[in-house]
Amino acid sequence: MAKYLLLKHYRGAPAPVNDVPMDRWTPEEVTAHLAYMRDFATKLEGTGEFVDGQALAPEGTFVRYDGEGRPPVTDGPFAETKDLVAGWMVIDVDSYERAVELAGELSAAPGAGGRPIHEWLELRPFLTEPPTVTE
Amino acid sequence: MDDDLVRCLVPGVLAVLVRRGADFAAAEDAVQDALVEALRTWDRQVPRDPRGWLVTVAWRRYLDATRAETARRRREGLVDAEPEPGPVAPGDDSLRLHFLCAHPSLSPSAAVALTLRAVGGLTTRQIAQAYLVPEATVAQRISRAKRALAGVRLTEPGDVGTVLRVLYLVFNEGYSGDVDLAAEAIRLTRQLAAAVDHPEVAGLLALMLLHHARRAARTDGSGALVPLAEQDRSRWDTALITEGVAVLQGALARDRLGEFQAQAAVAALHADAPTAAETDWVQVVEWYDELLRLTGSPVVRLNRAVAVGEADGGQAGLAALTGVDPGLPRYAAVSAHLHERAGRTAAAAQLYAEAAHRATSAAERDHLVKQAARLNSRAPAPPRPGT
Repeated sequence: MAKYLLLKHYRGAPAPVNDVPMDRWTPEEVTAHLAYMRDFATKLEGTGEFVDGQALAPEGTFVRYDGEGRPPVTDGPFAETKDLVAGWMVIDVDSYERAVELAGELSAAPGAGGRPIHEWLELRPFLTEPPTVTE
Repeated sequence: MDDDLVRCLVPGVLAVLVRRGADFAAAEDAVQDALVEALRTWDRQVPRDPRGWLVTVAWRRYLDATRAETARRRREGLVDAEPEPGPVAPGDDSLRLHFLCAHPSLSPSAAVALTLRAVGGLTTRQIAQAYLVPEATVAQRISRAKRALAGVRLTEPGDVGTVLRVLYLVFNEGYSGDVDLAAEAIRLTRQLAAAVDHPEVAGLLALMLLHHARRAARTDGSGALVPLAEQDRSRWDTALITEGVAVLQGALARDRLGEFQAQAAVAALHADAPTAAETDWVQVVEWYDELLRLTGSPVVRLNRAVAVGEADGGQAGLAALTGVDPGLPRYAAVSAHLHERAGRTAAAAQLYAEAAHRATSAAERDHLVKQAARLNSRAPAPPRPGT
């Protein structure tokens, strides 16, 4: 009954416990990791808590308006970008506690050595419509 | 085929099957099958008794399915168990369905989805649109809920409180696809009120009617939130207010006060005031005292502080706020309002900004940012950090 965004970062989150870049894993470890993510999404579809999920490419472009009749200015990607989102999943759950529980579970995806990565995931509630009964 | 007709019929048909002893999940499947059959054949000719037709076909489907699954020897037993056809009491049936769909073993979201589908007769797609989630997600919620209810037989009256909470959740939901959830909640609560004699059911119905009456005035043309005090009261629906007040008075006369009746009483006092300034805030505070006694809820304590502020001034409101948990949603917003009323403009502006930061809805955030901006633009701007 409340939607949350789970954000996975390429960069910008605190360092995970099992901090080995993905390209240093064995192919089997990568496969196991991807399977875990897929199974997690499938499980949430089953519990009726899944809304959406997508992965993002690490390269992005900044765009801004540059005045009437001129094409938008593009720039980047910037080396100094502190925060780089890798992908998201939107869940619809009954409570904040449940959202935290699921984020914790997703953070346990296996990494190097088949051990959980313990990566930091960002959990953000959606702004909603105001409730009908307020006072 | 008439969608509205079918939507009204489905819950009753489902309820008959459940009453005859069919397992809920199997009954729902059988009713869906019967609907498909109806779609195929009713275009040519709608039967004289559509409900009877659906019951007959659905019960036959249920028996077929059950026979296929269980041993042949149970067949006669099931046929024997079928009650004689005869008049059915629709009230009792829909009531049973309400209780089953709000069973305490279900999570709130599952109970809401199941109630809208089985009691409300909405399609899975309509529910998904209303809650802005994929259709598959709602379908899974419903099928899990049905599995959780497999084997549950309601032999005793269910818990009215649980049913009321589910309906309250539906009513409070602001999203809408092609179904108006607030109107749907009112329709279902009316149905419940007709079937069960309980002052809190009437209390919830009154609360919904009184709030629904203000809906047109709650937002302006651009969708921005309009607070109660600034609402154009000529846009309130007087017919709904009259009905809500009558329902509430009937409930209060029973002398079994509950929290929905007390909340409705507050709403009725607002509805009764020709202008915000003429609100009987002293009585509003008294009803909040009752609510606090009934629930002990910190949110009630917070709302009570607002009413005290209106009745006795900002300073008294701030005093009523002491001891309320500052971590509550809307605490900063209430505190900001009371500070402004007490003449502490700078503190109020800062609190409005903080409240906007903590708002849980976009409309609420926009409203609070505007409040902060309104106060800040009156006074000279404080120096920006770093300049």
